[in-house]
Amino acid sequence: MNNAMKTLTNGILKENPTFVLVLGMCPTLATTTSAVNGMAMGLATMFVLICSNIVISLLKNVIPDKVRIPAFIVVIATFVTIVQLVMQAYLPGIYDVLGLFIPLIVVNCIVLGRAEAFAAKNSVGLSALDGIGMGLGFTMALTLLGAVRELLGTGACFGFQIFPDNYGALLFVLAPGAFIALAYLMVIINKIQNK
Amino acid sequence: MVYFLIFISAIFVNNIVLSQFLGICPFLGVSKKIDTALGMSAAVTFVLTLATIVTYLLQKLLVLWQIEFLQTILFILIIAALVQMIEIILKKISPSLYQALGVFLPLITTNCCILGVALIVADQQKLLAKLPFIEDTCASYGLLTGTIYAIATAVGFGLALVLFAGIREQLALAKVPQAMKGTPIALLTAGLLAMAFMGFSGVV
Amino acid sequence: MAKLESTLQNMILSLVIICVVAAGALAGVYILTKANIEAQETAKKQAAILAVLPEGCEVADAEEVAGLKVYKAYQGGEWVATAVETSEVGFDGHQVIMVGFDAEGKVINYEVLKQTETPGLGAHIDHWFKDQKGNQSIIGRKAGALSVRQDSGDVDAITAATISSRAFLKAINKAYAAYKGGDVEAQTGASQLNKAEEAEGEEANVEPTNEEEGAL
Repeated sequence: MNNAMKTLTNGILKENPTFVLVLGMCPTLATTTSAVNGMAMGLATMFVLICSNIVISLLKNVIPDKVRIPAFIVVIATFVTIVQLVMQAYLPGIYDVLGLFIPLIVVNCIVLGRAEAFAAKNSVGLSALDGIGMGLGFTMALTLLGAVRELLGTGACFGFQIFPDNYGALLFVLAPGAFIALAYLMVIINKIQNK
Repeated sequence: MVYFLIFISAIFVNNIVLSQFLGICPFLGVSKKIDTALGMSAAVTFVLTLATIVTYLLQKLLVLWQIEFLQTILFILIIAALVQMIEIILKKISPSLYQALGVFLPLITTNCCILGVALIVADQQKLLAKLPFIEDTCASYGLLTGTIYAIATAVGFGLALVLFAGIREQLALAKVPQAMKGTPIALLTAGLLAMAFMGFSGVV
Repeated sequence: MAKLESTLQNMILSLVIICVVAAGALAGVYILTKANIEAQETAKKQAAILAVLPEGCEVADAEEVAGLKVYKAYQGGEWVATAVETSEVGFDGHQVIMVGFDAEGKVINYEVLKQTETPGLGAHIDHWFKDQKGNQSIIGRKAGALSVRQDSGDVDAITAATISSRAFLKAINKAYAAYKGGDVEAQTGASQLNKAEEAEGEEANVEPTNEEEGAL
């Protein structure tokens, strides 16, 4: 049980994929123009993470070592396509916003990385928990970054206008703002962790 | 003339790393020295161009057989296979370059910019959205345009990478606050670089 | 449990089985979601058409006029308005707009269907030109020669997004030209003689605008 709790919280704090491992940067910077977008991207990635972790853990003994990377890729790509199709059918608004980055979940280093480092060596239960933990960590990081960018850039948060649009620094919603916002978030978290 | 504009657009105006956010992981990971940056860019250029051509042709087949939903799986498998192939070829032709690139070569498979550009070129709407000025010109949508776009994108990637590596080599000698060392200062620099590149918007 | 040996036979077999199962699962999900995906596209367009036309219209099927899709709307058998789907290259990619004109050629409403303009700047086109502040709204205005203040027109452009604003108005003017083109062809009958005269008079005005846009 202790092991399970450790696996679950690992991805959220100690080995947070965004702030500690610095993996999956492309979707992190590109889809966090608002808190909702960041959260949607995080949740989509979490779904793929959990499913692929479970399946790969189930199949870990029937996949020969030499072909494990292509096999993992096929499994991950299958779940990414499922997310793509389901989103296109039932959540077209979010699908249009996230655009190219949904199929790009398949090359998200977090997914392949966890499959290789954890799911291929651990039980199904622990792999699922690892997927949930990492996914939650990623989602929280993305939502936080999205909220910061949305608030500083447009004065809104989750769609609720907190201060008028005109006082926002538009830069944060654009490309450079993503880099800068993430940089300072990391600095703050580094400072907190080193205290 | 239009092809020249495609180059300007893909390298400066819509730089793949600094404004489209594709290829950030190698951008942050490989850019500590200018030599590795150059080597990585060369490898990416090669893989990107080949992958784009192959996936473009494959897309025609997918549409013909109405199995577009297999696009993601097949594209990524092709890219993985191409990277494997290049690894084997490089090992034979230029072992020194192979050594220099080391672990970064297989990592090209998970480089979002390769799959990203392949997906953009395979979809007419997406490519025309990136290059709106080519409609009704001799370029228009086709394999040649897609290939040129891929090469231009790879050059843009290389440019961003080398610029960044140059700055980082200098940063390594500067006095950086403890909490900012490593990734945060790199991201901040990238942000300033992105801001500089924003100056190109509207040029094409 | 021992791992499967990496013999050639095992490798090929396991990969093939995984691929087949994956392809099968995807085909299944695809078939389940296909109908929904196709319905989404048409639903979005239908909603946009209805949003830019007056209430309670019957919309005819699309006609192609000057390369744009034109949807005539009827109330009680009489033609009352037309919706046109138009597009123009903006600052960053295409802007696709559905605009509705009433029988006098005034803009009823518009809906931006697709745009990839800069968020916070050009992206404001989806509400800026409906806002009654100052002189920026195009609702109720006659289209055909709308232009921004910077081009000696009388429409206030979006602050710091002149290029997006210009493109937007160009798209609306294009739509008006298509609306006029279809309108004149449909004119028949004595009861619509006045309208026809007006239309012909306006067509002469519209022609030079078309040429201008062609030259642009």
